[in-house]
This record gives sequence, structure tokens and C-alpha cells, in this order.
Amino acid sequence: MGKKEFTASSFYQFLGENKLMGSLCQSCGALHVPPRAMCPACYGEDMEWAEMSGEGELLAFTTVHIAPTAMIEAGYDRKNPYCAGIVRLAEGPAISAQILGVDPARPQEIEIGTPLRVAFVRRGEGEAQRTYLAFERG
Amino acid sequence: MTMTNRRLGRGVAIVGAGMSRFGAFPGQATRDLFVEAFQEMRASVDKGLDPRDIEALYVGNYSSDLFENQGHTAPIMADWVGLAPRPATRIEDACASSGVALRQGILAIASGLYDIVLVGGIEKMTDLPTERVTDTLATAGDAMYEIPAGFTFPGFYAAMATAYMARYGATAETFMQVGLKNHDNGALNDKAQFGARIADIMASKKARAEKKGWPVPAWSDEMEFLHDDRANPVIAWPMRLFDCSPISDGAAALLLVGEELAPSFSDVPLHIIGSGQASDVALHDRPELTALRAARLAAQQAYDMAGLTPADIQVAEVHDCFTVAEVIATEDLGFFEPGEGWHAAEEGRTALTGPRPVNTSGGLKSKGHPVGASGAGQVVEIWKQLRGQAGERQVPGATRGLSHNVGGTGQTCVVHLFERR
Repeated sequence: MGKKEFTASSFYQFLGENKLMGSLCQSCGALHVPPRAMCPACYGEDMEWAEMSGEGELLAFTTVHIAPTAMIEAGYDRKNPYCAGIVRLAEGPAISAQILGVDPARPQEIEIGTPLRVAFVRRGEGEAQRTYLAFERG
Repeated sequence: MTMTNRRLGRGVAIVGAGMSRFGAFPGQATRDLFVEAFQEMRASVDKGLDPRDIEALYVGNYSSDLFENQGHTAPIMADWVGLAPRPATRIEDACASSGVALRQGILAIASGLYDIVLVGGIEKMTDLPTERVTDTLATAGDAMYEIPAGFTFPGFYAAMATAYMARYGATAETFMQVGLKNHDNGALNDKAQFGARIADIMASKKARAEKKGWPVPAWSDEMEFLHDDRANPVIAWPMRLFDCSPISDGAAALLLVGEELAPSFSDVPLHIIGSGQASDVALHDRPELTALRAARLAAQQAYDMAGLTPADIQVAEVHDCFTVAEVIATEDLGFFEPGEGWHAAEEGRTALTGPRPVNTSGGLKSKGHPVGASGAGQVVEIWKQLRGQAGERQVPGATRGLSHNVGGTGQTCVVHLFERR
């Protein structure tokens, strides 16, 4: 059995299995989350999957009041804002994710540097169900 | 990797510049606005222009496909200004589309292929409802890994704002000062979407409430208005409505010629003395979130080409798609040290009458932000400033100007330097 391809499709399949996965370049040791098939640092093509611990910290955030269509469909709007942020993983790379366990109505109280733990959010029903990356205050 | 000491193979000058009004124009399509910009550009050529002498068109446009259901816009623009069958090329680099189109026009002349090139910028955004505009702008982010997190464009810049606030101590009020300043400038610009100071907007809202018999808001000053959740709602905290550039329609047009030809078109041409462009990774992959790395690189390339430093620039149009972006831009361009830009904004150093005037046109915030037209629109302001034609908003004696145009969250940045000799 061959390796799962290092694509967005595989990344989201892994999220569906509650795994946050990246690719580790066997040539230079660079870790890529989300995964890449070719290393943009050394052009190496020999990659292995690596599972992240799920620990991270908040680098930057916002609370979104004027939401895009996809988040409106998920139940968010001006009266029910959500928090989106950039999270530095314990392993080094940073990634964009929804931030849970904070009060989007009180953004002044959300602190950069807050320790976070990965969470997996399912949206949609049946065949259309997708898993989205989120992080939650511990 | 070093990209210093790059020079153009041939000097290039701007000999004409014009723009449509920026605003919401139901019933006017992109081509109509481009014709308006073209006519103003043509009238600005001191010694006259026979449009048949134009050899090629480079036009910046972000997303006529999604905004207007119209792809392949470049040949249509060429046709409507009488340029068919000359080559017409559309450039898409999000909100930096026409800044990059300018660079492509410059390179086409510098290569020796053409002598006379038209550069345009166009966008027609107001046909769509706000949610669909939000979705369309979000396609300039990473649809695989950023947008699924719930980021919108105001959201990206708001996240940069939280990082900047935490690192340097700025507050939401800092950013409000940028909006106030840009509305003051825009009130002096008859092309601006909001040709009104925030105090004027407050007064008209009060007058309207009085007329309708509604409770009249009791704002005592601009800051109280800007803190009012109803009058100035949060879009993506800490960015509120008056921190965000509007949804706009508009077009701009620039006429470029080989430098040696400039005297036969213009009494006062603008010489292009610096040009720089860079790209960058997704916002979350950058080593810092409080500066745009691509803007720093593009600016350095432009300064190196011109042999100038930031102190040599007297007037600058920077990409204030959100108020925080202007603060960061003034640092990326070297006008202020990292972390000093917010003090400069609060102290009025970037005001029209300050030592470092920024966005004399009103910026994207007040002038409007028809995204694909904004980069070329910035150059129209520099054209007016350096030729002494900026009226009430003239920076006295300005001879060197800069334009700074950003695509997305800074994944594209393009900087140009101009000189009137």
C-alpha cells in the first residue's frame, strides 16, 4: 500500500479521523503543516506523514461579525460572532483555525499567547459532512 | 537571494493620468467607468494624445468574473476605448492588480518592444450583495487552508491588528485616527466615494434622525461616534465599519511612454524612478504578523533602483484597505521604525499638514476601493500632487512620490517611486 498523497484532500481526510497531520521532509527536516509533496525549502520530494500533538498557542485572532456565506450556513452572524485565529503549533509551524472556548462577544478578554488544544468540528450532513480544523482553549 | 541594483533597460515616464469617480454607480458597467477614466487621462496629456498611437493595454482587474459575471475583460476594455486590435492583457493580483499592471506596462516599454502603453485599473463591485462581495474578496486568501477557518478579509487584517496591538501597545483608537485623517483628506477630493469628514457624516445622520422624528444620537465628538456599536458596528474586531474601505466601483487610466518621448506629450511628465514587487506565503506561514514582508522587499527594490531613501519621499499613497494596514505600511516603507507607526498616526505626523503626508487623496478608506482600480488610482493622486494640481490637498512643492499597492494579505506587494524634474 502506497503512502497517502500529500494533498489538501488527504489533510482533510485525516481531520475526519481526528488527526492533525503534516509532512516531514526527509532531506532537510522541514515540517510542513498543512502537508506538501515537494519541500519549498530544499525541493526534496521524499516526505513522510507526521502527526501533530495538537498543542498550540494563539498568535493572532479576530471575532468575525460580518461572516462569509459558509459560516452563515453554520449558524454564525452579527448577533452570533465567532473567533478565527492563527495558532502556533508546539512543533513549530502555524496554521489558521477557528478558535473555540473563548467568548467572541468579549474580544478584549481574548489573549494572544493563550494555550490551545486541537479540536475537530463537523459541519454538514451525510455525504456533505466535512471536518474543519479548530483549536480550543484548554 | 539579493535583488538589488536592478535597473530598467530604458527610462519610462507617465504623461497622462485620469480616473472615474469612485463610488456606487448602478447602471454603469466596468467599461463605462473605464471610458470615463480614459477620457480624463486623454485630457490630461498636455500636448495632446492621438489614441491610435497607443500600442498595448495592460489592465488590472481582480474579479469581474464573480462581480459582474464577465471574464476576459481586457479586450472589451481595449475595444471600448478604440484600441482593438492592439494587444490587451488582464493582470490579476487581487487588490494589487493595477499596481502590477503598471509594472508590466513599465517593463514592456523598458524592454524596447513598445513606446506608448496604456495601463488601466477597473472594478465594479456594487452589483452584488455584501455577503457575496465578502465571499468574492475572500477568494484572494487561501481557499484550502485560510478561508475554512472562517477568515474574511477584514478578519485577516483584524488579526494583524491584534498581533500589532499586543506587540506594540496600539489600541483600537489608534486605528480610528487613521480613518479620521483619511476622511479629512477625502473631503477635499471630488472623486472620493465619501467626500465628507466624519464630523460631516455625524451631522448628516443627526439631521436625518431629526427629520424622520427618530431619537437624535447624542455623540459629543467623533470618538464617541466611532465607539457607537450602532453607528460604527464591528465588522471583524478590532476593525469596525469606519476602519474598512468601502465596496466601490471605479476605473483609472495611465499613459506611459519611453522617457525620451515624454517631452512631445507632456510639459511636466512623471519619471518612474523606482519599481519593486514581491510575493509572500499565506499569512499564518510568515515569521511575523506585524509587517508585510513583501512590502518591505518591494520598497527596498524601488528605493535601490532610484538610489533614494524613505526620507526623500514627500507624498505617499499607501494601501489602507483597513486602517491598521496604513499603520503597518508606513513602517514597511521605512517612514517610521517598526512599532513607531501607531505613534506617528496618533500624533498627526501623516496628516496633510504633517511632516509625512500619507493618503492625501483620502486613501482607499475615503476615496473608495474598487479593488482592481486602486493601484492605478493611487498613481493618479501622485500625478496630481507632483504636478501641483491637487488643489486644496496639495502638498506644497512635492517633487517625489510613492505608491504602495497590496494584494490579499500581502501575498503580492508592489511599490513605485515617481519624480517630477
